[in-house]
Amino acid sequence: MISSARLRRLSCALLLALYGLCGALFSQPALAQDISAPLAQLATDNYADTEAALGALALSGSPAAAGIVAALADGKLVFSAAPRQVFLRTETGLVDPLTLQPVADPPAVKPVRVNNRVRRAIEAANGTLSLVSPDPAKRLEAATAVARSRDTAALPALDLALSKEADPKVKTALTLARASIVMGQPGVSDAERIAAIGLVGAEGNQDALAILQGVPADSSPAVKQAAADAIAGIERSLAMWSMAQNVWYGLSLGSVLLLAAIGLAITFGVMGVINMAHGEMVMLGAYTTFVVQDAIRTYNPGLFDWSLIIAIPLAFLFTGLIGVIIERTVIRFLYGRALETLLATWGISLILQQAIRTIFGPTNREVGAPSWMSGSFDIGQLAITSGRLWIIVFAILVFVALLATLRMTRIGLEMRAVTQNRRMAASMGIRTNWVDAMTFGLGSGIAGIAGVALSQIDNVSPNLGQSYIIDSFLVVVFGGVGNLWGTLVGAMSLGIANKLLEPYAGAVLGKIALLVIVILFIQKRPRGLFALKGRSIEA
Amino acid sequence: MSPSDTRPPTLIPTNGLVFLGVLAAVAVLVPLLNLATSPDAAVHVPTYVVSLLGKYLTYALLALSVDLIWGYVGILSLGQGAFFALGGYAMGMYLMRQIGTRGVYGDPMLPDFMVFLNWKELPWFWYGFDLFPFALVMVLLAPGLLALVFGWFAFRSRVTGVYLSIITQAMTFALLLAFFRNDMGFGGNNGLTDFKDILGFNIQSDGTRAVLFFLSALALGLGYVLCRFLVRSHFGKVLIAIRDAETRVRFTGYRAENYKLVAFVVSAMLAGIAGALYVPQVGIINPSEFSPANSIEIIVWVAVGGRGTLVGAALGAVLVNYAKTYFTSGFLAPYWLFMLGGLFVAVTLFLPKGIVGTFYDWREKRRPSPDALGEPLPEPKPAE
Repeated sequence: MISSARLRRLSCALLLALYGLCGALFSQPALAQDISAPLAQLATDNYADTEAALGALALSGSPAAAGIVAALADGKLVFSAAPRQVFLRTETGLVDPLTLQPVADPPAVKPVRVNNRVRRAIEAANGTLSLVSPDPAKRLEAATAVARSRDTAALPALDLALSKEADPKVKTALTLARASIVMGQPGVSDAERIAAIGLVGAEGNQDALAILQGVPADSSPAVKQAAADAIAGIERSLAMWSMAQNVWYGLSLGSVLLLAAIGLAITFGVMGVINMAHGEMVMLGAYTTFVVQDAIRTYNPGLFDWSLIIAIPLAFLFTGLIGVIIERTVIRFLYGRALETLLATWGISLILQQAIRTIFGPTNREVGAPSWMSGSFDIGQLAITSGRLWIIVFAILVFVALLATLRMTRIGLEMRAVTQNRRMAASMGIRTNWVDAMTFGLGSGIAGIAGVALSQIDNVSPNLGQSYIIDSFLVVVFGGVGNLWGTLVGAMSLGIANKLLEPYAGAVLGKIALLVIVILFIQKRPRGLFALKGRSIEA
Repeated sequence: MSPSDTRPPTLIPTNGLVFLGVLAAVAVLVPLLNLATSPDAAVHVPTYVVSLLGKYLTYALLALSVDLIWGYVGILSLGQGAFFALGGYAMGMYLMRQIGTRGVYGDPMLPDFMVFLNWKELPWFWYGFDLFPFALVMVLLAPGLLALVFGWFAFRSRVTGVYLSIITQAMTFALLLAFFRNDMGFGGNNGLTDFKDILGFNIQSDGTRAVLFFLSALALGLGYVLCRFLVRSHFGKVLIAIRDAETRVRFTGYRAENYKLVAFVVSAMLAGIAGALYVPQVGIINPSEFSPANSIEIIVWVAVGGRGTLVGAALGAVLVNYAKTYFTSGFLAPYWLFMLGGLFVAVTLFLPKGIVGTFYDWREKRRPSPDALGEPLPEPKPAE
């Protein structure tokens, strides 16, 4: 049942919508914002008139409208009888509802009366007003609410809001809301419905899907067909987006793997040392971050946003130093005995873990995120968190820096020379012992830097390194030992494969499947994706 | 052994005789002192010590299985714990079936954890575990089959050295993750526990414990003899040759991968037996047995005792585990990982041949005829 008041409101709204359109066309917003007529109606203090006035106010687009409706709800809207006029009652006295200026000579006033019907109208007006509220977030919320309620009465308000909307996001939501109402409205032609479906279908998100699934059962076959097509289209595009989202997660995981494995690509890949303590170097880097943040919190909280930047060189130097010490005291006696190195470094990893446990305790340590790493944004339907994005960027930067070090610096040249032919390098005057120590230090230092990044996404506990060591080795072996590019490709493909498998198999089964795949892959190509060619591989 | 020495080495060298003698004495004395003496007597061995020593013996057998492939074929498996755990699970499943209606839920068909997970019927892979002989077959078959399939793939495509180590580690890690899942039907996180009896005998009773201890000692002794038999045969000589120069062996016309595969499967079965004896004595099997760290620890037992000596592996397992029990139970507990880690480093740096290997060297220096000393490990050198 449509009440007469509602009809009146509708016609009024249509008229106003027309005004709105004209206003938009001829840049005469003043026309649409003239609210003297509804104000006069309010002053009659007649329920029906008040209701009608509320409808008009809501659609007027006047900046004063919201204040007037709120005042009515609070009983602060008053009217004077002699000249039929309304005022707002404030703490300082009566003010003009339009200009909000104090009234010079206040007349005798009574509050505009409110009954249940009027209260309902106030609510509706508030809903409509939020559609044109200056706050885009509020407008968005209101549009979504309307789309969900499919209130036919909101149609004029939507049209008004649409004509004024500038924010693309809100505009989309409004279009969707309008289409969802049109689709369900009785007496709308098939062509209009199909047009609305097309509009919704073009949106292609989850909300649109819900709207399309709500096409009335008694619609004509053509409409139903259009809806079904649109749904299929949306589902396709949603599948694409979710695939893209998984690839993004995969890139994120891949960059974590890359960070964890790239130091290993130096110590294992370039030097041939199986460093089982590599994970602990990552862990030491994470604890360095913790110590830096702790110091900053104590001495200079203002620097907190810089904590990671400060921690990176410190972590590099600290873990690099530990790496050099390990190389000089243990590993240099074990060159050429890969399996013994594995055992000795495993022992070192146990010692380092226990040392950290003794100093910092066995529980997780809190490492905070600087403000520039928190937050998120959307690209299409991809949700992208800044933290993950920064880690990907960081991983790539570290990779490039490492590549450049090996390719362009003197020490990098010496490292490559020593790896390729130790004796020849020595006879050319390269201090191979020193180069060994520096290479191991570099690999460890990189692991420490990785620890700074991983402290942002993982628990900083003495066991941090353990969870990465197996993955890191698989990445390096999968990519091909002695090849940094292989490590990059290996990390990214394992990361993406993991995340693409997860939706089908679940996290744990996906991981198991991946391990099996890598094991099988190594059977096929025992030297990894990018194997070194030539005689050296047989040695 | 010099190439000109054509005499076959004795099956059981002197050190092996000493080892078997001590083992036999322990196998008889410990149960005897537990059962036949009163608890107040000075020589009485409490039951918990019997179980503890029994556990050491199963570890020794496990170490033996590692030494067979690491010491004599050069395969450093970082997944040996997986075979041990599989054998243990096979035995654990039999023991679970023996609980019957004595579980917390008293379900006649299903073990407690399945009732708890709302399972309606027994999964197919639990069929047959009511029967002890079937469980025994599975103790050998489960690890053996896994080793066969894994080894067949790995050795055929010539995955060697550290690559093999890393994929064996990945294998046990994958199994660890799998067995942690409740859906797998192996008790998930908690594993299998709360056993009641074995072959009708109460698993907690002193008598059962003593028999299990004796069986562990017997298995270790037989395992040692089997390994000795293997390594001194022509087959074993090929294995040693593969360890020292695999490519050369292949060029000589041997199918190196088949030799490695047989050794790997035998070793996995030995580990499975060790696991099956371990579970009833410890009373629980859970997925943590699959953890890669466990498997690496086994390697250090062998390294401490002396790689490629068999006797040394068993000795190392007992010594390291005794130290572990000693240190983790007292006020030194927080330092155990320092000790273990230090042990790894010290042994690889200062005792590369382990206790027994170093002892051989020392003896050889004093007495130049190396008769019947087994084969000490040759100097390490790069393959090929």
